[in-house]
Amino acid sequence: MTRRVVLLFIARHAVAIALSFMFLAPVVFLLLTSFMSSDQTLTSQIWPQDWHPANYVEAFNKAPLGRYLMNTLLYAGLATAFMLLASVPAAYGLAKLRWRGRNTTMVLIICMMMLPPQVTTVPLYLFWASNGLTGSLWPLILPMLAGDAFSIFLLRQFLVTIPDEYLDAARVDGAGEWRTLWRVVIPMARPGIAATAMFQFFYAWNDYYGPLLYTSENKDNWTVSLGLAGFRSIHHVEWQLVSAAALLTMVPIVVLFFFAQKAFVEGVTLTGVKG
Amino acid sequence: MSTLVTRGAGRPGTPWRKRLTPYTFVLPTLVGLGLFLIYPLLSAVYFSFTNIRLETLTDPPSFVGWNNWRFLLEDIRLGKAIENTVWLVLVMVPARMLGALLTALFLNQVKRGRGVYRTIFYLPALAPPVAATIAFVLLLKPGTGPVNTLLAKLGMSSPPLWFNDPDWAKPSLVFLALWGIGDLMIIFIAALLDVPAELHEAAALDGANAWQRFRYVTLPGISPVLQFAAITGVIATLQYFTQAAVAASVASGSVTAGGGITNVFGYPNDSTFTYPLRLYTVGFGTGALGYASVLSLVLFAVSLSATLLLLRRFRTFL
Repeated sequence: MTRRVVLLFIARHAVAIALSFMFLAPVVFLLLTSFMSSDQTLTSQIWPQDWHPANYVEAFNKAPLGRYLMNTLLYAGLATAFMLLASVPAAYGLAKLRWRGRNTTMVLIICMMMLPPQVTTVPLYLFWASNGLTGSLWPLILPMLAGDAFSIFLLRQFLVTIPDEYLDAARVDGAGEWRTLWRVVIPMARPGIAATAMFQFFYAWNDYYGPLLYTSENKDNWTVSLGLAGFRSIHHVEWQLVSAAALLTMVPIVVLFFFAQKAFVEGVTLTGVKG
Repeated sequence: MSTLVTRGAGRPGTPWRKRLTPYTFVLPTLVGLGLFLIYPLLSAVYFSFTNIRLETLTDPPSFVGWNNWRFLLEDIRLGKAIENTVWLVLVMVPARMLGALLTALFLNQVKRGRGVYRTIFYLPALAPPVAATIAFVLLLKPGTGPVNTLLAKLGMSSPPLWFNDPDWAKPSLVFLALWGIGDLMIIFIAALLDVPAELHEAAALDGANAWQRFRYVTLPGISPVLQFAAITGVIATLQYFTQAAVAASVASGSVTAGGGITNVFGYPNDSTFTYPLRLYTVGFGTGALGYASVLSLVLFAVSLSATLLLLRRFRTFL
């Protein structure tokens, strides 16, 4: 009996460790490549012959990587802030208030959430072009002032779980709806709001389609996703620089994730559906 | 519910100011739905009947009747794009679901260290798609990549050329997608934990073996979650763009993100040329925004039917 338990324990952990290795391998190889010499990246050796941490400096010299990172931070930061400003009240309205047209609005929000971005690309591009904003990231940031469909959906899923008694108690004390939102709901929904904000930040940070569409002709406003593909000499891709830059784009995401892992994982769970 | 306090509108006799309050919460969103959903859809219909072009945006477009729509049937590259997107829907979505379900089932068996493993399995799902795609192109480099080096050491004389082989480029994208199953895995883990333990115990008492318990207890218990994941997975795959675009441009060796990128879309041999890539190439490579509008409306029709299926099945959202 105990032998069986021990064997099962070993077998499970052997599989778990093998899987961990497979999930980590691509990033580990990226890390190793980022420290190789340019010549070594064209060989089949996996371990750097000698370590070149200077690749990280060169990545910033070879391309305006600092600028790309700033642009990406601006896009992700502003999009997240604007999204919260509009989406939290909207989610409250959809979760906790009764008004005519609420269900229709919810259906439209789900439709918008599911809508492939390519569907509205042509008219929206023309709209922003006629306002002179193509070539910049503003066409991706400004719409967030109206809220983001996915974020509203997710926040609503969090807010419906808050018992009405708390809200009623605030209302009995004479608080208006906005005050109730600010004083009661937001403090209680902090993990949900944090998770939603992270989703939005990651989405914008990782976004490729949007920046490609609006800024591909204007290198000054490129995000890091667009800039990543640009490291090449005349002859070949500079793999050690691409790898260094690619790893740098992962760092903020991983750091943010470990900051709020619990809230975030809860959020991922809510993007599914309860049976 | 308590009637001590009126909650917003709906009740006759509620003062109109109170009845309007809810709208102050959702007004920006309502405007946004009009501006970024309704208006683009309607004007895409209008543009689909015009010859509007990217280079001459300011010229008033003129009507061309059904010409753009008729071109759907003559567009040879579109056939290839539809074929690829259907392939991805049929292979990538089930592969991701199966991979995530197996990983979730496995993790639920592991007691010690589960949190650490879960984090490791999940993290790739967060990796920026461009960086992740670059990592996979590097990993699967035909001549000198570590995967093919390993395969050669194991005695394989001509390992696949992966992203550089028309037959292997799409399967390579599936491997990349499998690497990022973490978000689905987290959803499935939560769903598995929601299946009541008593049901498992009762089935075990009745003599059901592990497979029977999975088939008749676990699977029905998580079936709504699986259906939801399948439908949203299909919708996500219909818009598959970034990984296909980046893999093509990096593997072809002509990396550029600027204006010329549409030239390498589909490399090698249009094997990674998806429907959204066709749409983008038509609209912003060749500048035919009228025909691009047609393509966007077709994509809308397909994704909307999937969304309606979702809404019919899951009324809990309302």
